[in-house]
Amino acid sequence: MFPPARRTRLLTVAAIASLISLTTACAGGGDTSSADAASASGGSGAAAAAAPSGDITVLTWRTDLVTDGTFDKYKAAFEAKYPEVTVSFEGITDYEGEVKTRMNTSDYGDVLAIVNTITPAQMPDFFEPLGDAAAMEKTYRFLTPKIFAGKVYGIPVVGNTQGIVYNKKVWADAGITAVPTTSEEFLKDLQAIKDKDPSVVPLYTNYKDGWPLTQWESHRGEISADPEFDNKLGQDDAPWAEGTDHFVIDSLLYDAVNQKLTEADPTTTNWEESKNLIATGKVSAMTLGSWAISQMQKAATDAGNPASDIGYMPFPHQKDGKFYATVGGDYAQAINVNSTHKEAARAWIDWFNTESGFADAQGGLSPLIDPKAPATLADFEALGVEYVLQNPAPAGKESLVNDIDKEAEIGLYAPEFVQRLVDSARGASDETKQQIFDDLNAKWAAARTTVDAG
Amino acid sequence: MFLAAPLVLLLLFTYYPVVNMFWYSLTSWDGLDKTKEFVGLDNYVAVFTRPDIFKVFFVSLFYLGGSVVQMALALYFATILSFSTRFKSFFKGIIFFPYMINGVAIALIFVYFFQPGGTLDSLLEQLGAGGLVQQWLGNPSVINVSLAGTSVWRYMGLNFVLFLGAIQSIPGQLYEAAEIDGANRWQQFRFIIAPGIKSIIGLSFILAVSGSLAVFEIPFIMTGGANGSETFVIKTVKMAFTHNKVGLASAMAVVLLGIVLIMTWVQRKVVPEEKVNLT
Repeated sequence: MFPPARRTRLLTVAAIASLISLTTACAGGGDTSSADAASASGGSGAAAAAAPSGDITVLTWRTDLVTDGTFDKYKAAFEAKYPEVTVSFEGITDYEGEVKTRMNTSDYGDVLAIVNTITPAQMPDFFEPLGDAAAMEKTYRFLTPKIFAGKVYGIPVVGNTQGIVYNKKVWADAGITAVPTTSEEFLKDLQAIKDKDPSVVPLYTNYKDGWPLTQWESHRGEISADPEFDNKLGQDDAPWAEGTDHFVIDSLLYDAVNQKLTEADPTTTNWEESKNLIATGKVSAMTLGSWAISQMQKAATDAGNPASDIGYMPFPHQKDGKFYATVGGDYAQAINVNSTHKEAARAWIDWFNTESGFADAQGGLSPLIDPKAPATLADFEALGVEYVLQNPAPAGKESLVNDIDKEAEIGLYAPEFVQRLVDSARGASDETKQQIFDDLNAKWAAARTTVDAG
Repeated sequence: MFLAAPLVLLLLFTYYPVVNMFWYSLTSWDGLDKTKEFVGLDNYVAVFTRPDIFKVFFVSLFYLGGSVVQMALALYFATILSFSTRFKSFFKGIIFFPYMINGVAIALIFVYFFQPGGTLDSLLEQLGAGGLVQQWLGNPSVINVSLAGTSVWRYMGLNFVLFLGAIQSIPGQLYEAAEIDGANRWQQFRFIIAPGIKSIIGLSFILAVSGSLAVFEIPFIMTGGANGSETFVIKTVKMAFTHNKVGLASAMAVVLLGIVLIMTWVQRKVVPEEKVNLT
């Protein structure tokens, strides 16, 4: 079992984690050695004339669907269509951390979801191109972040939009009849909920688990309703200046915490518990992507309440009298560039996106170009919410925002800067909101200069 | 021949990664890229010139304070339980038990313990000390004390067993002789036990210092380093895996290793190891 260790680097703290992943890597490697000659010689290229064959391993972050048997049904349906292919799944709990480490070897499954830490420029080193962007965009949407130099490297399994999950019953009981259209109205509504029943937490931050705080960042682009927002971000020296998307979004969170409309002690929140809290009306709202709606509805029915208690509202901001919500892809499936069964892997990805019904089952937007919205987003339909999809970056600038973010050590999709904001708002640090925004602006501007120079 | 297997394991999983870490610390690698760009000592310059990196060592002081308390308690219990005490084995078991629980489990238990309205709050209210109730993890001036307290609870058992083992290796006739001379328990501790286990106390002290500098598990699981509880190792991990600066993070790890080595060397100079002669 030692040879794969040659190319694996172990940080002292990650040593044990890596060890475990090495062991699994060795175990998974067994299947590929039984490759039959016909498909081993296949390599890349257009769809093979012969039917895809071989054993493929699919790495997935949905450990829940592996254990509850959902993936077994997909396996049966897929193998019925492609009898020559055998699919096996590997559910990974710490998906980001473990897969990123495994990608330093050549053994990271045949089909896997592209980890978020990879920059577009690095994709060709690790993944097989799936086709030309121009051609694939006729069939699929949300491809933008996985395109580099005109080639598509991954197809999202489902599309998400962004909003605020809320308990309709709690909001109605507090006498609120209309969805708030401004930050001020939103805060006033939260206050009304608190006045009605002080034991209800109007807005739950999920501060302790960290990642739910990153959901706020996903709203960027909605305030200006600008499909060029991400591209402009790479040219902006003050993304937190007054009136910008970041300013409006982060100020709303700051004000909600500052006016004590969130949980009393944010450091002891609990994500799993929060589903039950909102389902039973002990929490009135949480900022989460549309993927969360079906989970919260399930929590509601588990608690004996109707699923219709769970509502979904867009970010409380309107431009020209209209709500806007960003849309984008979730994890995107890609093919390992070292795979020996690329046709089979490709067949799996195409089948998964077009025939498995996964997106529908998850209550998400289909990755196929398809104007039909899922039932979970009925609230958005009723409000006439317009979707904002970010435009692709110009050639050569695909990694720009990632690079600036990394250089600045801000972590736009990491919880640290949001936690810092919450700490300041609840008086746990002596920084003011403006000082934090100024600091973020300064870091961003400095990093932009460095990245431009490099 | 028999040593071949352990030596290979040691080289492969200890020395080889450390050598690699030195190499990474001289690059601007992000943990994924196929090419590692050599940047010389830039990362080390950054570690020593950026105040936000060194500032987190301040948090270690709480844990250092905690480990002094921890050693004092462990020494106290070890001394008491080395004399004939009722339910001796039972108490030994109780004191050592927390050390055997998995660190992740301990962190999760203590999150519930410190929650508003959690175990600690209800306990204080039962005792009529409800006025002391506060946000044990939410209050930035208390959080590190709470976390250091958890660490003391967890690691005291280890110190205790080390001290107990050392105390029990002192020949029994010394106590008898001391008792005949009329020495009381404090004098027995002061003139027999303390000098007898001096080297173990010294060792525990080195472990305490390096342990305080490298605190990770408990604050990482309980708070993720939020609210001013970030330690140097948490900062290193975030640098490597959140900000993808594996090069800089490796340099931070090397610097930490260097600091621990220097501390150990200084301690050896200040308190030289000497042969203790009790007779």
